[in-house]
Amino acid sequence: MTDFEDTLVVVPVGALGAGIDPEHVEAGLTQGAHAIALDAGSTDSGPSCLATGVSKYSREAVKSDLRVLMAARAKYGVPLLIGTCGTAGGDAGVAWTLNIAQEVAAELGQNPRIATLHSELSREQVLAKLEGGKVLPLAPLGPLDAATIERCEHIVALMGPEPYIAALKDGADIVLGGRTTDTAVIAAVPLMRGAGAGAAWHAGKISECGGLCTADPTDGGVLIKVGREAFEVWPLSSQNRCDVYSVSSHMLYENSDPFILTEPGGVLDVTHARYEAIGERGVRVTGSQFLPRPYTMKLEGAALGPFQTLMWVGIADPAVLAVVDGFVATLHAALVERVRKVMGLTPDAFDISLRPYGWNAVSGLPAAEGTPPPREIGLMFVATAETQDLATRIARTCNPYFFHFPVRRGKELPSYGFPFSPAEVERGRAYEFVLNHVVATQDGMELVRRDMIDSPIPEIA
Amino acid sequence: MAKLKDVARYVRSKAAGPFWITVDIFFPSRDVYDISRDAAGLATTAIEQALRLDPGSAKRVDVPDLAVIKYAYPRRHAQGGAFERDMHGGQQFVPLLELEI
Repeated sequence: MTDFEDTLVVVPVGALGAGIDPEHVEAGLTQGAHAIALDAGSTDSGPSCLATGVSKYSREAVKSDLRVLMAARAKYGVPLLIGTCGTAGGDAGVAWTLNIAQEVAAELGQNPRIATLHSELSREQVLAKLEGGKVLPLAPLGPLDAATIERCEHIVALMGPEPYIAALKDGADIVLGGRTTDTAVIAAVPLMRGAGAGAAWHAGKISECGGLCTADPTDGGVLIKVGREAFEVWPLSSQNRCDVYSVSSHMLYENSDPFILTEPGGVLDVTHARYEAIGERGVRVTGSQFLPRPYTMKLEGAALGPFQTLMWVGIADPAVLAVVDGFVATLHAALVERVRKVMGLTPDAFDISLRPYGWNAVSGLPAAEGTPPPREIGLMFVATAETQDLATRIARTCNPYFFHFPVRRGKELPSYGFPFSPAEVERGRAYEFVLNHVVATQDGMELVRRDMIDSPIPEIA
Repeated sequence: MAKLKDVARYVRSKAAGPFWITVDIFFPSRDVYDISRDAAGLATTAIEQALRLDPGSAKRVDVPDLAVIKYAYPRRHAQGGAFERDMHGGQQFVPLLELEI
């Protein structure tokens, strides 16, 4: 990397709100970094964040990290880019994060230009795209139908780097983006400054989870240095290091294919990438390719599901633990029968799930033949129904059986250990991811709405 | 016959988007990988059987440079729905530890 100036980006953490050490950020910025970039969400925590617009992290956790990053940004005069604000990256998540950023700005006495990028789509927009033949399925789902779109509470499209670059060219100091691919947020500034597309996208993928590509993932994020043909990855913490293995194996993470990654507007192909150590702590990567493709954005959509009410018992009685599978099956049949008889519900109106933690609740698969009895189990009861009220009435109807079901008929009635009074917990709604499709667009801007907030200092009550 | 848990350095599973789970088997060296890669116990059919997946649903990618075998398979239900048991899919590798290779 000689005549061309590399683009340096600080990626302080895998997700805004997870905790950022100011010293690590400072360490990256003193090396001449051109930007700070990171994301604030993913689909990892399930569909509720998209369906409800509520962040998985607390306001305090996000504010604490934003304060560190906004103070550092102002001190060094570099832009701060944050993708997928508010966990799901819907309009609500962007607005929530903007509100926190404005509060931090006021407290720090700053007046940054903040751009917001929105990629939430209305059902009508997606229906129109569907009718135009612009929506294509990704495995394992089939073609999209209008009814599925109608079910969605919120739909977002994953942005590429173009809206971030446009916002920076408009003079933004801080860019708060809705749903974006993790890679695109990090690749944006290198791409804007003319770095190689293969190097920029690959560097974005390697650093998307902050320090996860380092030897000690608990010790801070990374600094990437992106050139025309190559990029380097360095840990922000002086105690940490990157090695060829820690960097190259990150391509396996959360990917179904470790060599090919589809992004908005192209495909990252790292089949021929070469990784080499730079001294004890850095890694240099060459040979990454980005192959342009017609522009597509991945869609995510979350629908409302049924309501659930929970009950728990702890069971330590060896007589039950010797026959967990049989006990659970007999109890389940008795509970279903009782709800049908007492409440007059048909089987399709409710579901009861019993999950013996300490036995096979996590996998749901039968325990291997010959597995010794556990010392105790936690048995979770989940009633699922169309309303919270109905789910709770089902739980209360099951109450006497669930807490006192004998291991054999004709025996004295036991009492299992239940921890709460009242015994049931209303857990609210379930939600459901229903889209796994891409939408074809003219370019990276067509479906994106942009705003610029110039004077963000609000009145603080 | 050895079990996967005695041969692999590390086995993990994780959601790869809301509709897929991916499993990575890390072998301790290229040599161990080379000896193990063709074992019947590591064929996609064996993985499908151990995890009770639909036949033909699992894909396998070999990464010899990292001494890794990677699988991906679709979830029975989309991540995080009403009947979820393992949101991140992070515990789904466990039945594979007992595979004989």
